[in-house]
Amino acid sequence: MRRTTLENGLKVLIQEEHTAPLASVWCWYRVGSKDEHPGITGVSHWCEHMNFKGTENIPRDQVKGLIEQYGGSWNGYTWIDQTTYLETATRDALDRMLFIEAERMARCLYHPDDCESERTVIISELQGGENDPDQLLDQELTATAFKAHTYRHPTIGWLSDLQTMTRADLYGYYRRYYVPNNATLVIVGDVDPDEALRRVDHHFRAIQPGAEPDRIRTAEPEQTGERRLTIRKEGTTAYLKVGYHAPSVEDADFYPVLALDAVLTGAKGLNLWSSFRVPPPQRSARLYRALVERGLASCVFGALMPTAEPFLYTVSATATDATPLAAVESALLEELDRVWRDGITDAELAKAKAQLRARLVFDSDSVTNIAHQLGYFETIANVDTFLEAPSRIAAVTVDSVAAAARRLLPAANRTVGYFDPLPLG
Amino acid sequence: MPLNPVRATLPNGAVLLAKQTSTTPAVAINLAVRAGSVADPAGQPGLTWLLSRVLDRGTATRSAADIAEELDSRGITLTIAVTRHLFSLVCTCLADDFEPVLALVGDIVMRPSLPDDEIAARKREVITAIRQDQDNPAVRASETLMACLYPDGHPYGRPTKGSIEIVEALTRDQLVRHHAERFAPAASSVVVVGDVDTVRARNVVASVFDGWNRRPAPEIPLPPLTPSRGRRRRVVPMMNKAQADIAYGFVTIRRRDPDYYACWLMNNVFGQYSIGGRLGDSIRERQGMAYYVSSALDANVAEGPLAIRAGISPANVDRAIASIDQEITAIVTEGITQKELDDSRRYLVGSIPRALETNAAIANFLQTAEFFDLGLDYDARLPDLLGAVTLDQANAAARRLLDVNCATVVIAGPYVDGPLGLEAGG
Repeated sequence: MRRTTLENGLKVLIQEEHTAPLASVWCWYRVGSKDEHPGITGVSHWCEHMNFKGTENIPRDQVKGLIEQYGGSWNGYTWIDQTTYLETATRDALDRMLFIEAERMARCLYHPDDCESERTVIISELQGGENDPDQLLDQELTATAFKAHTYRHPTIGWLSDLQTMTRADLYGYYRRYYVPNNATLVIVGDVDPDEALRRVDHHFRAIQPGAEPDRIRTAEPEQTGERRLTIRKEGTTAYLKVGYHAPSVEDADFYPVLALDAVLTGAKGLNLWSSFRVPPPQRSARLYRALVERGLASCVFGALMPTAEPFLYTVSATATDATPLAAVESALLEELDRVWRDGITDAELAKAKAQLRARLVFDSDSVTNIAHQLGYFETIANVDTFLEAPSRIAAVTVDSVAAAARRLLPAANRTVGYFDPLPLG
Repeated sequence: MPLNPVRATLPNGAVLLAKQTSTTPAVAINLAVRAGSVADPAGQPGLTWLLSRVLDRGTATRSAADIAEELDSRGITLTIAVTRHLFSLVCTCLADDFEPVLALVGDIVMRPSLPDDEIAARKREVITAIRQDQDNPAVRASETLMACLYPDGHPYGRPTKGSIEIVEALTRDQLVRHHAERFAPAASSVVVVGDVDTVRARNVVASVFDGWNRRPAPEIPLPPLTPSRGRRRRVVPMMNKAQADIAYGFVTIRRRDPDYYACWLMNNVFGQYSIGGRLGDSIRERQGMAYYVSSALDANVAEGPLAIRAGISPANVDRAIASIDQEITAIVTEGITQKELDDSRRYLVGSIPRALETNAAIANFLQTAEFFDLGLDYDARLPDLLGAVTLDQANAAARRLLDVNCATVVIAGPYVDGPLGLEAGG
């Protein structure tokens, strides 16, 4: 992999992959919903939407087709630490993709009519999410687990902020964070790295760096007691979610907790873009056996995401019909207490490592997925954190998992959420 | 580069398709049996779905725990999927694990033990999933649309999971009988794509499946469809929800219809290209009414649906439906432009390398080509098939498929249409 930083501060990562005549370009910005404050929650995500709506050199009505004419796909997403944009297309589209990303970085328009029209699209996106009880519970659990850190509000934002934010809020935010010294450009595919770098330089070198963006400094104070919440709303199904403040990706406990999660609910891998599309291998996992095999839950899922700052490790379960949530919670906490007390076995660790190794291979099956991983880790920490994943997984021991579990799983560190449905009608 | 897969038929009738790639040291296995939900016995919709939940929970020689251990220790998730016509077992494993994993998949599909305790446990899960569906506006809208488009017990109109009452009553004997009748080598195709040479793939498949000898039951004849006359509208009130889902559709064509490629291109212009085609331009981009809107053409063995889907604020439902009507009227009366046709064509042809990048995607493509008998060189011929479509053909496809006066429109969500739940319109 080639690593370069342009004079304006733009980091560039280029990796050759000649297995298909394709190239994937991702442009990553170190800005996400953690950079927002009350009044403008959701602004990062709204800006992402606005950055598909034409630039000084790409008229609004010509956005459509720019990549499609190369058979390409494009997309973007925003989460707590990052905002990113991608195109994957045939390799001859590389220059076009770089042009689009340079335009997006420096010359988006934010036409007032487009800002207004997108307001209702995003509110529709928010309402679509609220239709899903599990997503609603996730949002409430996160807001309860964090009382100070800005990880507490949902990436889509609070409704009242979406209703009142102005074009000036959006454009000001865009100008502050969309600067080359706050970005990483990743190219993976059937490309010549020297030529690719020349084209990157051509498109990006004239973009001026900006001031280092302000960062919110508040850290989440240590949680001192269990927190609980219950959503009572009409529905058909009961959901349980338990969250623990978890290590950030650079914390020594991160990979031990990843192995712990594999033992509890099956390994997911590390790719936010693709890992969650294939369910984890979990039939023999502890919580699957304790909840699903005993008929208490129809599914159980654990999630530890690599994040820049300490976020949450969550375990979610869907109660089977007529099973009280308290019974699901009791069985779940019993298993977590057991692992907190006794740790895991050598055989379990060996299986967890085998699963994680396989998932790392499966998660790198396309230029799009490889490029995602390089950019994601460079944005939240540094790309070495990803490149070293196999050796860090290999270095996990039964003792390091036990120690991490003891730090992670005390009752005082957890938040328990119920979605307890009221009868319909 | 064309895929050029290897195809072989074993003496017992099972088909093998193999393609070697070297992207990752992994192999995708996709085994499909022509035993999808259309084969549910009369009065037992949901039986195939329950079978799919239980099939990998024990074989003649392996317990559920043995299978769990074999899969989990290799980091493999075996996904069992049911579509209208196919029952599929799909997984990706490391290349080193190919032989034992294929042997396991073969054992599961040929010799499931279907234990009573597993059936009881999976029934509970299916019932929970049905209850979740009942609270999901997107699922309710789509299932209601399919029930309206395919009435009178047509297999395409039945919910794949069945109903709670039927699932509760299903027995082990029924599952065993169904498996014995429908799962047979001549109804099966095994696709292997990945870092394994095709000779080795063939030998392994042959050694796993050679001893399987059973004749499949005759294919289920699909009842004829009567095209709907008149417009229909159904409302599924779900007042506990924040947003409504619209499902708006028609019965269209068979996959083998000569107009298929014209219909595909027309639908791409109408509801797919870039971000939802013309529908996306109108409803999302210009009017800001929806986060998602698109149309999907699902031509199948019988005439499949074209379904337009959108998530809409309750206050905008009527305006969104009027906009869909307007876009249909425009495409039917004025047609699409040559530029639109060329853009969609260039996109679809150009996207083939991307669509065939991963082992799993190639395996799925080959399985579909096998099912519809599209030929081993289908990927190579596809650009010409799309290239041959003329503007007149695409516009004729719009006139053939779309008609606002014969549309079925379903709204599920916090919306009422006159007295609660009352059907309006023809």
